[in-house]
Amino acid sequence: MNNKIVKKVQLTDNIYLMDIEAPRVAKASKPGQFIIVKNDEKGERIPLTIADYNKEKGTVSIVFQTVGASTKELALLNEGDYVMDFVGPLGQPSEFIEENIEELKNKNIIFIAGGVGSAPVYPQVKWFKENNLDVDVIIGARNKELIILEEEMRAAAKNLYISTDDGSYGFDGRVTDLLKDLVQNQGKNYDHAIVIGPMIMMKFMSMMTKELNIPTTVSLNPIMVDGTGMCGACRVSVGNKIKFACVDGPEFDAHLVDFDEAMRRQNMYKTQEGRAILKVEEGDTHHHAKCGCGGNI
Amino acid sequence: MANKMGRVPAREQEAGVRKSNFDEVCLGYTLEDAVVEAKRCLGCKKPQCVAGCPVGIDIPGFIEELKKENIEGAAKVIAESSSLPAVCGRVCPQENQCEGKCVFARKAGAIAIGKLEKFVADYSRENNIDLTKTEPKNGRKVAVVGSGPAGLACAGELAKRGYNVTIFEAMHEAGGVLTYGIPEFRLPKKEIVQAEIDNIKKLGVEIETNVIIGRTITIDELLEEEKFEAVFIGSGAGLPKFMGINGENANGVFSANEFLTRVNLMKAYKEDYATPIRLGKSVAVVGGGNVAMDAARTALRLGSETHIVYRRSDAELPARAEEIHHAREEGVIFDTLTNPTEILVDENGDVKGMICVKMELGEPDASGRRRPIVVEGSEFVLEVDTVIMSLGTNPNPLITSTTDGLDTNKWECIVANEHGCTSKEGVYAGGDAVTGAATVISAMGAGKSAAAAIDEYIKEKANQKETHYA
Repeated sequence: MNNKIVKKVQLTDNIYLMDIEAPRVAKASKPGQFIIVKNDEKGERIPLTIADYNKEKGTVSIVFQTVGASTKELALLNEGDYVMDFVGPLGQPSEFIEENIEELKNKNIIFIAGGVGSAPVYPQVKWFKENNLDVDVIIGARNKELIILEEEMRAAAKNLYISTDDGSYGFDGRVTDLLKDLVQNQGKNYDHAIVIGPMIMMKFMSMMTKELNIPTTVSLNPIMVDGTGMCGACRVSVGNKIKFACVDGPEFDAHLVDFDEAMRRQNMYKTQEGRAILKVEEGDTHHHAKCGCGGNI
Repeated sequence: MANKMGRVPAREQEAGVRKSNFDEVCLGYTLEDAVVEAKRCLGCKKPQCVAGCPVGIDIPGFIEELKKENIEGAAKVIAESSSLPAVCGRVCPQENQCEGKCVFARKAGAIAIGKLEKFVADYSRENNIDLTKTEPKNGRKVAVVGSGPAGLACAGELAKRGYNVTIFEAMHEAGGVLTYGIPEFRLPKKEIVQAEIDNIKKLGVEIETNVIIGRTITIDELLEEEKFEAVFIGSGAGLPKFMGINGENANGVFSANEFLTRVNLMKAYKEDYATPIRLGKSVAVVGGGNVAMDAARTALRLGSETHIVYRRSDAELPARAEEIHHAREEGVIFDTLTNPTEILVDENGDVKGMICVKMELGEPDASGRRRPIVVEGSEFVLEVDTVIMSLGTNPNPLITSTTDGLDTNKWECIVANEHGCTSKEGVYAGGDAVTGAATVISAMGAGKSAAAAIDEYIKEKANQKETHYA
């Protein structure tokens, strides 16, 4: 089964959006879930959070940062090209969609997206908008160029706040500083925070919301292979219990997650990944036979 | 008489050579070998071997054809009962099934039924013998969940009976445990597994990969929206168990499922495939079943010193004797009566060793096996940098948690009777999803029985309709 790329947009230097034809997946998708894409026969299974879906057109949007060899290869594909495998939706939907809408109306909810984390945050914010519920959103990034989905998010959120680490756009500082400012200086009051972004950002944001006494949900993106609970590669310690992010998550109570362990596990294949990236970047100039390195240096 | 000579040994790759390649270990019989071995069979009037076969292959029947060198005839006899003979000839625990019941089992050695089946299956594949005998299509739709042994057997059987069968597979390749679990050197993927799957497709079965039942689509949607008249669930037992000891989340600790999936399905051992595998100098595989042997022998082939760490003694190892024998020959180190208590982790989060205790056997426990007891003061550190947990698996709750009215037991297994009937009308189940982790052949047997029950169910339903409108 092949899936066609019907739209490709380069959002920043290294972040891409693709709409992929997958009618069954689009029909079943809910906010908070993810998919797995595999470029070609020899490719890896890449887990990516669902950024949007269109049940009528039968498409699912993914947003990815080219962090490894496989995402770099995916970025080389264009509109009209096909990915070999596309499977999902995987994981549990966001807990909110099961909740009573009337009760949600009385809750002050804030979404906090770090970098490419805006992509998985967006369908959730959009779901609240579609159900006439107001939520606040913070988007944070290192600099202005790395802010994605700003317009889409502005259209769906009640208040959108932006922060950049270098102060090139919006609030000058980290997302943690911005949240603290909103709560302590601007009279904002939140009953729940949903934080999605790089593991390190989620760790520090989780520490901040604990300090501010805001219950918090994070969406984890650990290493995984099958995504259906079979391999156990994605295991994380949550409240001292082993959970599989692919079937028990990807969303968990942030204040119970062992982020240090999760970050260590994410680096498990770092050197191998580095070699694989070199192979993609150097292309044909990276020959195996001549130097005897087996393509591994 | 040939019987007294004992069984004809099957040719194998030499241990010293095969321990560094992924080619099949058992090279099998030549035609001459096969005929000599077949002629040892007495053709018992009341064949116990058939009773020992979960799918009831007419074993003396196919051996009779082999004696006459009619390989095509032999293949046809097997095809009446089994849709995956090349797989079964390789991975069935024949010593406990057909061969275990053979009258020669305790004398000169049982007839090598497994090796003969392998020979017939390989010969008929290599010579393109057509085994697709199906009834005319009846236009009725049945969905099968999972393309492992249970699903393939059920789908094949239903297709032969004229049904339009669609198999839904969660992974990107069909085959289930045959593809992701059992290694290439025991069950070649392209030549054997793919060929057997192609045979099922030739019967008219469609396989849709990348569809996760319970996520992409539910059982209820298959029945109500996609108009399948019945569903067979053969989704296996995929969730790996861990020990719950300290250090188990360290980098370098894998489930056997992850390790084998990376190597077998994702082909991490091949340079040109993208999926990485991380293996150190010294690997401990915890467990003593067939999966543990597969993981250990795979790790060995990837260049690591490899230990099997098992808490009972050699005699209790649950793996097949042949697998244990092969593993030892290849150089796997067996640390039996040994149990891990903690995994030691260095400052980077990587495994740097495993604390183990020595065990001794006490009184028999509930399983009838002697209970292992810790030897006081026997703690020691096994110097390993990778640990592979091979402690068994549980069924995946993805389907049962998303299907109303489908009963499960306390182990999350689907409750089904011997015909595969579940608590939900039109829904059948079999294989590891029902029994918990078991064998390829028992899963096939369950798939086949369920196919007969589904056939009966759909026909009965159709009759009732006709009566109703008459």
